[in-house]
Amino acid sequence: MSAILDIRAVVKRFGGLIATDHLSLDVQPGELHALIGPNGAGKTTIINQLMGEIIPDSGEIIFGGEPMAGLKPAARVRRGLGRTFQITQLLPDYTALDHVALAVQAHAGHSFHFFGAARADRRLTGPAMALLERTGLATRAGVKAASLSHGERKQLELAIALAGEPRLLLLDEPMAGLGQVETAQMVDLLKGLKGQIAMLLVEHDMDAVFALADRISVLVYGRCIASGSAAEIQANPDVKTAYLGEGDA
Amino acid sequence: MEPGSRSTILAIALALGVLAALPFAAAALGNPAMTTLATRILIYAIAAASLNLVLGYGGLVSFGHAAFFGIGGYTVGILFHHHRFNEALFGLMLGTDQFLITLPAAILVSGLFAAAIGALALRTAGVQFIMITLAFAQMLFFLFVALKRYGGDDGLIIRRRNGLFDLNMRDDTTFYFVTLVFVVLFFALVWRIVNSRFGLVLGGIRQGERRMAAIGVSTYRYKLAAFVISGMGAGLAGALWANYARFVSPDMMHWTKSGELMVMVILGGAGTLLGPLFGSAALILLETVLAAYTERWQVFLGPILIVIILFFRGGLAGLVDLVRKRP
Repeated sequence: MSAILDIRAVVKRFGGLIATDHLSLDVQPGELHALIGPNGAGKTTIINQLMGEIIPDSGEIIFGGEPMAGLKPAARVRRGLGRTFQITQLLPDYTALDHVALAVQAHAGHSFHFFGAARADRRLTGPAMALLERTGLATRAGVKAASLSHGERKQLELAIALAGEPRLLLLDEPMAGLGQVETAQMVDLLKGLKGQIAMLLVEHDMDAVFALADRISVLVYGRCIASGSAAEIQANPDVKTAYLGEGDA
Repeated sequence: MEPGSRSTILAIALALGVLAALPFAAAALGNPAMTTLATRILIYAIAAASLNLVLGYGGLVSFGHAAFFGIGGYTVGILFHHHRFNEALFGLMLGTDQFLITLPAAILVSGLFAAAIGALALRTAGVQFIMITLAFAQMLFFLFVALKRYGGDDGLIIRRRNGLFDLNMRDDTTFYFVTLVFVVLFFALVWRIVNSRFGLVLGGIRQGERRMAAIGVSTYRYKLAAFVISGMGAGLAGALWANYARFVSPDMMHWTKSGELMVMVILGGAGTLLGPLFGSAALILLETVLAAYTERWQVFLGPILIVIILFFRGGLAGLVDLVRKRP
């Protein structure tokens, strides 16, 4: 089977700093590939390059067999990329339902419809409500994003991404800042998606990563220093010194 | 003001009743100037509502909307000029003084200008966007100042208002009602647009373009469409103004006019349906009342605007909401 995502020798420099250093990485269909590494290892930078928000200096990104060079973020999303943000990017005046309905609408085609009342359109609100139920937000559908809790915002990020029916989900620290219960809920949610959607998961919560990932890659200073199963990564001495610390993981 | 809520419908019905009764009240009070004052308020309400679509709903701070107001006005003026002197325009067509032709022409021409200016200006954002829209508007202002064929900075006099069916357009009350019809149609259109799929995308762009891109929306084309619709609305207002004043001049495009429209939107409540109407009424009434007392009326207008903007964050529409929600 060919990879859904193939990152080939991607390099990105910010002045003297090398954020992505000849990184090669792939995600197989249905696979959950976790990307871990200390702060500043360039994890978010690689997600932003995959989305097209940052342009790599060199190297290639192939998604679904198609080179992504030159495609804007919105075009990549329409080709089946979905992402959640580490720092949630929501629309403060819009309700949870508005967000997901808007994502359903964007996925359904262009939005040059000037007359019908969009908030009363069942073709949008129906699928949106179903997604809110799936992500545990159904009771909060009418609440504006500005009034949602941090955990709810993280869930909403996921619901929005799912509305685009992505083939690959880029999850940028979906557990960051969540409490124990919320983290467990998020892990369950992602487990439920495993196998259906390929995922590239950037996460600091090691328990969550080890519980979810089919494969783990370790990023240090923009380079991949190790890649393998949870057991292999835990046993890898380089990883221990570089990231996991004094062998207590 | 949530569009579609029962209280909004009530407010609209009330506003419509007052507006329909106004000329009769003016006649009864022996004060016909009230009707022309109200006509001015209504015309500026259309211009401000157009700007509100991009500024209030879309978050695009256009500082050059007077350009489209002026283009709409000049379309009427130039068509009348060619009609009057029986000269061909661009060697192709004669002018006209028919409302049903001049008005769509004004909307179309200002839409074309908005498309051209928007296509370039919307490549930028933030302060750059403000500056580039201002620059384009000033370019058009100076172009019409230099255009001696159409009066230069003296402007163009339109001897008669455009004809519409068999209506006596010279009559200020008739013209008031004609204007009112356009106001109602235009505000209804804006209401539909801001609640449509397009409107939701536009509001989303205001709140977070990065989020909109992440759900797969290419924001540029929606911003451009909103900018064109907005320019057409301002052109409609300009065409009505040309008929009302029977005069067009480059002053219609001056940057202070763009500023006035922005003040109306912010004063009335940016991103609310009726805010521009409130803003237009407040600004023009304040101007009229203060100007009766002193020539230096702007000295007093400034502090009043500051108080309203500081203390009523939603503008006058927010104030109306506040009063209504009191138990």
